[in-house]
Amino acid sequence: MENLQLIIPELFISIMIMFLLIFGVFKKNSSQLVYNLTTVSLVAALTLIINLDSQIQSSLFNNSYNIDSLARFMKILLILSGIFVMLSSSKYIQINKISKIEYPILILCSILGMMVMISSNDLIVFYMGLELQSLALYVLASFNRDNLLSTESGLKYFVLSALSSGLLLYGCSLIYGFSETTNFNQIMVNTKEIEYGLTFGIVFILVGLAFKISAVPFHMWAPDVYQGSPTSVTVFFALLPKIAALTVFIRFLYIPFYELGDQWQMIIIFLSIASMVFGAVAAIGQKNLKRLIAYSSISHMGYALAGLSTGTTQGVQSSIIYITIYLVMNLAFFSCLFMLKRNDEYYEKIDDLSGLSKNHPLLSLSLLVVLFSLAGIPPLAGFFAKFYIFVAVINEKMYFLAIVGLMATVIAAFYYLRIIKIIYFDPEKEKFESKHNLGLKFTLVASTFFILAYFIYPSGIIDIISQININ
Amino acid sequence: MFSIGLGHYLTLAAIIFTIGIVGIFLNRKNIIVILMSIELILLAVNINLVSFSIFINDLSGQVFTLFILTVAAAEAAIGLAIIVVYYRNSGTIRVEEIDRLKG
Repeated sequence: MENLQLIIPELFISIMIMFLLIFGVFKKNSSQLVYNLTTVSLVAALTLIINLDSQIQSSLFNNSYNIDSLARFMKILLILSGIFVMLSSSKYIQINKISKIEYPILILCSILGMMVMISSNDLIVFYMGLELQSLALYVLASFNRDNLLSTESGLKYFVLSALSSGLLLYGCSLIYGFSETTNFNQIMVNTKEIEYGLTFGIVFILVGLAFKISAVPFHMWAPDVYQGSPTSVTVFFALLPKIAALTVFIRFLYIPFYELGDQWQMIIIFLSIASMVFGAVAAIGQKNLKRLIAYSSISHMGYALAGLSTGTTQGVQSSIIYITIYLVMNLAFFSCLFMLKRNDEYYEKIDDLSGLSKNHPLLSLSLLVVLFSLAGIPPLAGFFAKFYIFVAVINEKMYFLAIVGLMATVIAAFYYLRIIKIIYFDPEKEKFESKHNLGLKFTLVASTFFILAYFIYPSGIIDIISQININ
Repeated sequence: MFSIGLGHYLTLAAIIFTIGIVGIFLNRKNIIVILMSIELILLAVNINLVSFSIFINDLSGQVFTLFILTVAAAEAAIGLAIIVVYYRNSGTIRVEEIDRLKG
């Protein structure tokens, strides 16, 4: 019981979920109030996590729940991006009439599930966290329930995600059977020698996890769901589940399956190469910005997996830096997307950006910075993210992976540059509204500033991440 | 007479699992069939877990099964709700007609 203080952030969020649910039901027309209270409680949870003693490495509940440096950093990242998502999308949900009390509460539920996933050290706890996250996300994807596209994307996400949970569970059952335990550390001890059942289990679990971070060939849900669901949900999908799924990936590969590196390394390399190349090639013909960013995020996940495939601590740390910078870039991109508003309607086609620079020079400039950074052009943050990954990969002498990654970067640069050409050199269109709420402006300014200024003081974030130790 | 061992249970679970997976991909008619296939997959997992739990004398497999049963019920409820709102908007739940989002 004395360790209960370590899970105070989780306890706080779960109490806030129940409180806000009751509050929202009993007080009429309180959707905006509940939304703001949710943002405030996320900020409170963030301070609670930061206040926890950072030196503590502790396992709770029979070693099934892990509080360590990885979990701490990822939770801070998770809740920070949650706060920024809430800040930037408040106007969008009002205008699109999806401002109901359930919306912020579902977001809180899925954040709670992700926190459980991040800290889990046991197959059962991991599964419970995963399902808490997914069940909330199914509803969020189809939240705009009178819109055909939104419900269709929810339906597709439900079917494919439930299938992937099934595959993952089958893998869990095999791992449980052949290692005779559900605890991650215990699995590592019990899997010294390789059996067929274990290999099957690893493959099934990796397939399930690849679904969750939308790595090729398990990516088919991502473009549809990104395009169909409301943009405020898309930005949530693009940021938070990726953090949780990547953390779980790191935990699975480096704790229970660490001894079986030969078994999973080729699988991860394949997933990584396929995602990088496919994400870059498939994005070229897209007309919808949300669909384009879905393919771009598939490609980015490929780079993050490349870092994991090295099997070294340096590789894992480069992946964590990559996902951090990826989050900031996507946040900046989506804040730009939220600003393309005219007469209470949001625009999301690439053609709508045509000639944007004439009427909105500042917005175009930040889009330019974001797109250059996504393409990986120095000295912006996106370049450093890719640089660390390639250093880690080359240190392990995996030259083929590095070469394919570089080529995929070049292909991907084409479609990012095409958008820039459309913004700056195409004939201008009607003006967009230039009045935006403070949270959205703050998000855009903060994230663009991070991308621009990262190269001045890169060691600030690297020092924090280099203290993360997995084993 | 032969006795039923772990291998038989695992084979049964593997067959049910395969039926579930194939059911999702071959089905071109009705989305309800997909829900049933997902349910089959989860049941195959449960058979696996319970038989492992008996043969290695460890209770946590059975605890896991209870959790999976509960979550599967919640998942089916949410799935049906999404199908209902989808049907209201489109007037069909035929799998081949769910194709507004593509590209």
